Formats: sequence, C-alpha cells, structure tokens
Amino acid sequence: MTFWENLRLALAALRANKVRSALTMLGIIIGVSSVILLVAIGTGLSTYITNQLEDLGGDSLFVMPGELEIATGGGGSGGMPGAGVGASKFTIDHLEDIKRNAKTIKAVMAYTENNGTIRYRGKSKIAQVAGVGPEYQEVRNQRIDEGSFFNLSQYNAAKKVVVLGKTVAQELFDQESPVGKKVTISDKQYAVAGVLEEKGAFGGIDLDNQVFIPATTAMRQFDMQYLQSFWIQSQGADTIAATKEEVEKILSKTLDDDQFSVIDTKSILGVISRILGVLTAALGGIAAISLLVGGIGIMNIMLVSVTERTREIGLRKAVGATPQVILTQFLIEAVILSLFGGLSGITLGILGSLGIRQFLTTSVTPWSIFLAFGVSALVGVIFGVAPAAKASRLNPIDALRYE
Amino acid sequence: MSSIPLLKLENVFKIYKIDDLPVKALDGVDLVIKKGDFLSVMGPSGSGKSTLMHIAGCLDIPTSGKVILEGENVSSLGEKELAKIRSTKIGFVFQSFNLVPRMEAIDNVQLPLIYAGIKTAERERRATETLIALGLKERLHHFPNQLSGGEQQRVALARALVNRPAIILADEPTGNVDSHTAKEIMEILTKLNKEGNTLIIVTHDPEVAKWTKRIVKIKDGKIEN
Repeated sequence: MTFWENLRLALAALRANKVRSALTMLGIIIGVSSVILLVAIGTGLSTYITNQLEDLGGDSLFVMPGELEIATGGGGSGGMPGAGVGASKFTIDHLEDIKRNAKTIKAVMAYTENNGTIRYRGKSKIAQVAGVGPEYQEVRNQRIDEGSFFNLSQYNAAKKVVVLGKTVAQELFDQESPVGKKVTISDKQYAVAGVLEEKGAFGGIDLDNQVFIPATTAMRQFDMQYLQSFWIQSQGADTIAATKEEVEKILSKTLDDDQFSVIDTKSILGVISRILGVLTAALGGIAAISLLVGGIGIMNIMLVSVTERTREIGLRKAVGATPQVILTQFLIEAVILSLFGGLSGITLGILGSLGIRQFLTTSVTPWSIFLAFGVSALVGVIFGVAPAAKASRLNPIDALRYE
Repeated sequence: MSSIPLLKLENVFKIYKIDDLPVKALDGVDLVIKKGDFLSVMGPSGSGKSTLMHIAGCLDIPTSGKVILEGENVSSLGEKELAKIRSTKIGFVFQSFNLVPRMEAIDNVQLPLIYAGIKTAERERRATETLIALGLKERLHHFPNQLSGGEQQRVALARALVNRPAIILADEPTGNVDSHTAKEIMEILTKLNKEGNTLIIVTHDPEVAKWTKRIVKIKDGKIEN
C-alpha cells in the first residue's frame, strides 16, 4: 500500500462528494485568504507609513512641548508631528540658542500650525496655516511650481507673505496665476510668493490643503506667545543621539525637563511599526479564528464521512486493510481538503490584495503564505486525526453489519 | 483432491459479554476443512454460525482454542497480522454484497489486491480476468447500482476470488437474491469448487446446503452429530 495508492483512494472519495468537499474547503479558503489579505494590508500600510516618515529624513528630530516618551504626531500636518501635549514655552530665543550652540545640527526651524480661512475675491478655503522657516523648502525637499518660497529677510521681518499648497491655489485661483496676488488669511492681507508642487494625500489628509507663512509672521498675526515646535536636522543619521543630547542641554537652561521633549524620527518609526505590528498580528489572529472554524468544518465532515462509510471501512478491513492503512486514508482525505483549501485561499488572498492595491497599499509577505500553507496542512492533520482514528478503530464485523 | 487439513479449529470457544453476562457463541468447536472442501454450515440465527465464519475467516480471534490455517496458528495474532492473512488467504462473500457504491466493478474487485500490495497493472489484469471468468465482461466499468442483484453478487465473488485465496467464506450468499439468481450463484460456487477452490458457505437455507459436499450443523455454539 503505497502513498500514491492512498492519495488516489482519497481523491476518489473526495470526488464522489464534490459539493460537500468544496463547501468544506470553503471554510479553509476563507480563513487562509483573509489571513493573507489582512497581513498584506497591515504590512503594506506599515511599509507606506515607514516610507513616508523616512522621507522626512532619518536625521530629523522634533522638539515638542510637554513631557513625552514619544509623540506620534498630533496634527499630522504634512506628515510632521504637530503640537504635543502641554502648552508650549518655546520662543524665538530658544530657536536662536539652538542654532548658535548646537554643533551637530545642520538646520533648525520653528514650526507652528493654525487653521485659517484663506480668501481671494469672494472665494474661500479653510486650510492649515503652517508657520515655518525659510529652510523649509530645502530641508523638506519641496519643489515650487510657480514663484518662490519666502526668504530669510521676509522671515526676519515677519512679512505677510504666503506660499500656497496646490489645492488651495487651484480652488482660489483656478486657472489664474496666484503669484503676486493678495489673499486674505484671518482678515490680514498676504502676498502670494509661490505655489508648492503637488504632494498628494497622506492617511486621508490632503497635504496640498496647506499654506506656509513665516513662523515669525504666524506668531504675530495669530497672536501666539510661543512657537509650537522645532524641527531639527542633524548632520547625519549617526549624530542623532548627540544632537538630541545637545538640544536637551540647551533647552534645559531655560526650560524645565517636563516642558519639552526631543524626539527623533527613528523612535517615532519604532512606535508606529510596533503599533502596526500589533494591529497586523491582531487582524491576522482574528482571521486565524476563521481558519480554526474551517478546521472544525473538516473534522465535522470527516466524522460524517466515517459514519457514512462504516460498511466500506468494514469491508476494506475484511479484505486486508490494516488499521494503519485506514487511518492514513482518512487522514490524507482531511489533509487534501485543507491543503487544497489552503492553496485556493492563498491564490484568492494574493488576487484580493492585488485587487485592493488600487485603494490601499498591500504587500503579500512570503512568511504569511508559508504560514497559511503550513497552518492549513496542520489544521488538516489535527482535525483529521480524530475521525481517521475513529475509522481505523472500527471493528470489521460490526462495521460490516452497520445499517 | 488431497486431504491435507487446510483449516483446523481445535476446541474453539468464543465468549461475548453482554451486560456482564458471558454468552458462549462458540462452545468448544472442532472442525477440519481440507483442501477442495465444499462445506455448508447450517444453523438457526444465534446458533454461532456467523461467529464461526468470523473466526475461520480471521476477522476475529477465539477466546480460547486453536485456529490453524495452512499450518500456521492464527488464534492469537494481532489485528495487523490478521489483516495480512485476510488479504492473501481469505476471500469473503457477504449476504448484502458489500460493494463500495462509488467504485466501478473493476475497482471493487481490485480492493484486496491493493491491500496485498500488488502493482496497478497486475491488479487490473487480474481483476479483469476474474470478472470475465464470472461472465461480467460487459460490466467491468459499471457501478454497483447499475448492476442486478445477481451481477452484484458475482462482482463480490470475483472480489473474493481475485487474490487466489486458500479458502472462500460465503455468508448467506443467496440471502439477498431471488431463487433463480440463487441457483445461478450456487452453480458458480460449485464450478469454483470443481476448479479446486475450498469453500465454506454459512446458511440457514437447506436448498443451498444441498449443493455442497458436506453439511455441518451448529446449534447453541456446538457442532451437532
């Protein structure tokens, strides 16, 4: 009795009940494909966010108000963590102090954000008004579509100049060129210096629905006593720790420890990937429950099959099948059900993740495929053993008489 | 025909416990079957004739006593060894045919050969040969439900014969067919015996017993006469 003989027997038995076999497999198909799909979505999301954050530069640090272990971004403006917890006590003096005394930094920039209504000739648009430094364009690698970013002298003089995001520019100006025109932001007139290149959306937020004004202007016009946060670029990825220490030391001179936090992109990334990892595992776990249900379905149908085929089992035994052979036959049937289900589920999961790629970033990971395949084989064995053992233990005399 | 004892039962007891009460299904049976024998075991229901067939066919082992098949004591073998003996030395025919419904006639006949470990090509050749010998040339690829009762029993006979067993055991082989078909089956069995096969038929029907060379009557687990 070879393995191939057993395989042929099992396939013949499954073919005899096509609909039943297909329905039993469906449980495993749904389980496996949802595991693959959900893990693909989780992994894709994680990769996407990581890429976005890495665009900020692996050498970036943020100074947030309040005491934070880690801040994962309040406002989400431009993918840059916004105001943290607690009221800010940051001033232009702090900014200057860091600029002058931190030796390992390449750039430091103030960052504030407010919401404002931008008006032009009766049209208006509510957008985020970010107060930044003139370095913003360079350090964030922002391209200008039209005009130019505001310069250092405009910044120092707290001029009312604005750089529009693409969405704002399009909604207010349509085909007209905005450069040189005057827009009103919170009842004050600003000269449009330029329009930024389109950035797209991030996490459902339109990154182009933003305007940029000098942080100095923002403080004055929005009546802010303090700057919300600082954005620091270290000289390189290897000087991050040194920069963090330096900046903390500088700020400690005038601020209490609980009034500020210096956070680097890496630790934000770490937190986000931890959160997404847990999320992915949780989603995968929920999907795995359906795999378990599918396994129970296999066990159920195999038990029915053993009962139905009691006489056949008795006969097989009477003509020389050993208990071992009967056990193997039924086990192979169960494993075929779960493996075929697993393979179909993998195919469906991959197709599904390709299908939703239009809406979401997905990434089918090899480990999820191997895991799904392995688990479905295991499910077949685990849930197949009990019915197969039942079949193998049948007494041939009683089994032959079974009605 | 030679007179070597093919199967020998020596003082065989089989005791079942039903509700903790011992029931003697076989009560000291002695029986010798020689090669070429054509024997019918007769008795009313509950007489122990089925138990006798199960023990003679290595489907069951006695509580005590010896069963010697072709010189080998099989009375205390394990399930696996018994299965091996059944696949090579015993052919069974059942009252209700016991064909596997979703398998073609030829596949049903091949079953004992599968478990005896015979290769596919040889299996098919032997199954075809046996079915043709029993007049089922046109029925090789029919499913049991496409066959008449007589044809089904002939397929079952082919299955019992295909592994060239030392002994064929038939349990009420005519029990589920009409008298005409019963006659047909008994003619085949007689022919098989003439060709040298050893047959034991378990029956309660005297008409069937008449066809055999020897009749053994069993009652309350004991062989009469």
